[in-house]
Amino acid sequence: MSILQIKDLIHQYITYGEKEEENQTVNAVNGVDMSVERGEFIAILGHNGSGKSSLAKHINGLLQPTSGSVYLKSMDTRDHEKLLKIRQSAGIVFQNPDNQIVGSVVEEDVAFGPENIGVPTKDIWSRVAGALEGVGMTAYRSASPNHLSGGQKQRVAIAGIMAMEPECIILDEPTAMLDPRGRQDVLSLAGELNREKEITIILITHDMEEVLLADRVFVMDQGKVVMSGKPKEVFAHVEELKGYGLEVPFAAELAYELKKEGIRLSDAVTTREELVEELCQLV
Amino acid sequence: MIKDITIGQYYRSDSILHRLDPRVKLAGTLIFVITLFFSKSSLTYAASLLFLALMIGLSTVPLSFIVRGLKAVGVILLFSVVINIFFIPGEAIVHFGVIRITKEGVVTAVYLGTRLVMLVLGTSLMTFTTTPNELTDGLEKSLGFLKLIKIPVHEIAMMMSIALRFIPILTEELDKIMKAQTARGVDFKNGSFLHRMKSMVPIVVPLFVAAVRRANDLALAMESRCYHGGEGRTKMKPLKYCRRDLLAYLFLALFLALMIYLGFFCPIGR
Repeated sequence: MSILQIKDLIHQYITYGEKEEENQTVNAVNGVDMSVERGEFIAILGHNGSGKSSLAKHINGLLQPTSGSVYLKSMDTRDHEKLLKIRQSAGIVFQNPDNQIVGSVVEEDVAFGPENIGVPTKDIWSRVAGALEGVGMTAYRSASPNHLSGGQKQRVAIAGIMAMEPECIILDEPTAMLDPRGRQDVLSLAGELNREKEITIILITHDMEEVLLADRVFVMDQGKVVMSGKPKEVFAHVEELKGYGLEVPFAAELAYELKKEGIRLSDAVTTREELVEELCQLV
Repeated sequence: MIKDITIGQYYRSDSILHRLDPRVKLAGTLIFVITLFFSKSSLTYAASLLFLALMIGLSTVPLSFIVRGLKAVGVILLFSVVINIFFIPGEAIVHFGVIRITKEGVVTAVYLGTRLVMLVLGTSLMTFTTTPNELTDGLEKSLGFLKLIKIPVHEIAMMMSIALRFIPILTEELDKIMKAQTARGVDFKNGSFLHRMKSMVPIVVPLFVAAVRRANDLALAMESRCYHGGEGRTKMKPLKYCRRDLLAYLFLALFLALMIYLGFFCPIGR
């Protein structure tokens, strides 16, 4: 059974101008249908302002639909009684690592979620220990978050979500403010949680390199899902992706240009290694 | 440079005072301050001084470190002492033109001076031995009864601890903004007072904007982690009294009783 069902979701907000007649209504999310299966790794791709972050906030009820509906584990996000349960099942890791850490000690921050849902003290300790172990931050448990690197802070943020024992984690551009190493850390951790703990991952990003990990990709533009499918299928449409303001990975673009010049390569080339392999076979 | 600012100066050590429950320390500070204000006789002053000396001894915080706290209030201290010496009427001991120093004035000034010094030392001893987190926890727990009259105690404590968490982040931000504005030619160091105040505007405005933006992000993150106020919330590190806390309360009660006896019923020392 699918863990997340989004039906014809519309999110509308108003931008206020100087005068009243300059006020505009904008559909940030404009009729999205989506269904995600348990244990899947999903990527939502889009450039700035494509509505992907608004969509993420709808998944655990931070935003309420203007029309349409979002069901997480068959719970309606419009049902206020169920909001806590929904947020416990689907946590969000945000972009800025500093702005989502509440505690002034790492372990206290990880405990914040479980404290909120009323987990008994004894169980909080074991959950915190488990979550920190899972993200490889046990050594820093009594450190101050201010002394950690960006990648480490994001791992603490993920541990804070993990401690609530969720079934789904939404990563809203988690690597946008990180250095390459921190980025690799966070992404491989997401993959690991997906494979080993069978947690559904929804990765929101504008970086196509990150999408390669995913089982399925949705491309968003102007509040609509414009393309979807396996990463390799989506990456084959280089021109179309560029039209949506996305940067295609270098290997995929090179393969595309080579094919245009008449060199016979398979459609599935997306990474550097694959490209090298294919080219070597041609020689 | 600006990163070095610390608030609620905590002195890391492992003394009995450090290990006491913050609620005991809050109660102790409160009793100390209140009795100090009602103090009228030299005996009560002596008792307060003895109590303070004992606590400083127990805290293992070096005296030089504690006395440094007086610097900040030095001016106020000096001002109030001087005013008292010169302006209290009574029996003159020095008479020189318009300047008159009276015996009563000197006595009051000495009392006032010691009172203020003890006040500052006593309260700063509390922040030296208690981490800001313990302090907010202790405040939340001991002021819990205020919830009955609809004061949002948990929310206030939460705001305090978040403010403490964001102080280093915002100081870093301030540092960055100052450097960016200096690079654009804003001069913070020279010019008249008014001019320097004006040059603060391009710092304060972006700092506020950034702070509001951060607050919005943090609110979303907290909400998405199921935060819904203090109701039904459990604690990872709940405050629990142990034997030494009860003993400390007992000691405080004895101190209070002694002060009341010395202040109101003891015939000598008035």
